[in-house]
Amino acid sequence: MNWGSFANFIDMGGRGFYVWGSYLITLVCIVLELGLLARHKRTLWQRLTQIIKLNKQG
Amino acid sequence: MSINWFKYSSPATFYPLAGKLIPWFYGLAAMLTIAGLYISFFVAPTDATQGESYRIIFIHVPAAWMSMFIYLVMAMWAGLGLVMNTRLSSIMAQALAPTGAMFTFVALITGAFWGKPTWGTWWEWDARMTSELILLFLYIGYMSLTAAIDDVRRADKAGAILALVGAVNVPIIYFSVKWWNTLHQGASVSLTRAPSMAKTMLLGMLIMAIAAWMYSIAVALSRARLLMLEREKSTVWAQEVLEQKP
Amino acid sequence: MLITIIRRDLLLAYRRRSDVLTTLFFFVIVVSLFPLGVGPEMKTLRLIAPGVVWVAALLASMLSLNRLFAADYQDGTLEQMLLAPQPLALIVLGKIVAHWLVSGLPLALMAPVLGMQFDLPPEALAILFFALLLGTPILSLIGAIGAALTLGLRGGGVLLSLLVLPLYIPALIFGAGAVESYIAGVSPEGHLSLLGALLILTGLTAPWVTAVALRIAME
Repeated sequence: MNWGSFANFIDMGGRGFYVWGSYLITLVCIVLELGLLARHKRTLWQRLTQIIKLNKQG
Repeated sequence: MSINWFKYSSPATFYPLAGKLIPWFYGLAAMLTIAGLYISFFVAPTDATQGESYRIIFIHVPAAWMSMFIYLVMAMWAGLGLVMNTRLSSIMAQALAPTGAMFTFVALITGAFWGKPTWGTWWEWDARMTSELILLFLYIGYMSLTAAIDDVRRADKAGAILALVGAVNVPIIYFSVKWWNTLHQGASVSLTRAPSMAKTMLLGMLIMAIAAWMYSIAVALSRARLLMLEREKSTVWAQEVLEQKP
Repeated sequence: MLITIIRRDLLLAYRRRSDVLTTLFFFVIVVSLFPLGVGPEMKTLRLIAPGVVWVAALLASMLSLNRLFAADYQDGTLEQMLLAPQPLALIVLGKIVAHWLVSGLPLALMAPVLGMQFDLPPEALAILFFALLLGTPILSLIGAIGAALTLGLRGGGVLLSLLVLPLYIPALIFGAGAVESYIAGVSPEGHLSLLGALLILTGLTAPWVTAVALRIAME
């Protein structure tokens, strides 16, 4: 598939907004999912290690 | 080589196994995505009727496939947990749900982005897209129900009933929506009628689908590990894990 | 035994007649909202009438669902039902029948009157009534599953709607479609037989699934 030029590639035959829009939204969804997962892990570990520490003290 | 699979049916042994597997699945997902994107943009030719906007199917179709596949797998794990009372099965079901919902959402949005330039409207009430929308409702229902029940065992079992009822209903719903759509059909074209497939287009979709599958497994296993730690926090193995990591 | 349950629930519903009537009034009000939102042009109203009446019936039916198990749950009767020697599914079926007699059947009876507001011809009104007669039990049966799953949960009503409305969709499509196809000049037989098949399928499976869900909720 020969695009000819980078400008053609971005333009996508006039449909650039739709094609790149779709890919961008998908990327955002994946980044969001991974981000939420990482945050979930962080808060969970904080909470659980906190509990262990308190149990040791008490 | 005989593997004692039952050894891994307890969270204590499955947790470290999952931990080792996750990076591999992410790696596979990344490599397949790169390969898939390359094919989508640099190998697959321009479509005769749709031009370049058809390239959205390289996300739309794999996302739609995954949304349905994950729902069935989720219902299967939930059902197994209900019938055999295995903790891990229910955990897997709950771990899969958000990813399934995410793919459903992506399928809907990319469907809209595909429809607008090709057929003129952001949304068409055709059978496939409408069923996909209803699938999103089913996912949201499952996640809401399990989130609303505090008792873990009740949440797992109630969620399983809902997931199974949903799974049984999916063909009924799809049939009824198809029926509804054909009766009210104007001269409209089916939104998801893909362009006649060049082999490279099919290959691109397939590779992206497998990439999405690998990604889903990696994410679900990660989420499952978190759920295992949360639920088993008072056990010895969990506390050892929590004490090790800095 | 089935008759006893039905009679008991009917008696309890009779003592709280206002609950029953509010469901019916909700149905009437919601149907009347649509012309206010859409405009009084009869041409449009005639088109949307079957869908509007059906959606209103769905919503009204759904709102009445928590009455199915809530009272028995609170005063401990439900626990007794779980321990009874009779199959729980049978008891559940009795409760569902009583619930339908009190919440579903009145909707079916009221619908033709409301249909007249939308200038539907008499044959269409008859089909509307018949479709709702077949459809409202389906709503009660599916709704029972949702009511059992959400038993005692905070935020139960809204959560119940979220769970149950997607499952209502086939009944909605076949039910409203029956009237619409008549208006379009096609026989409503296809829709009505599908609706009937759905009723049989749900009638055979829902009470049992509800019973399982009740046991889970009460563990």
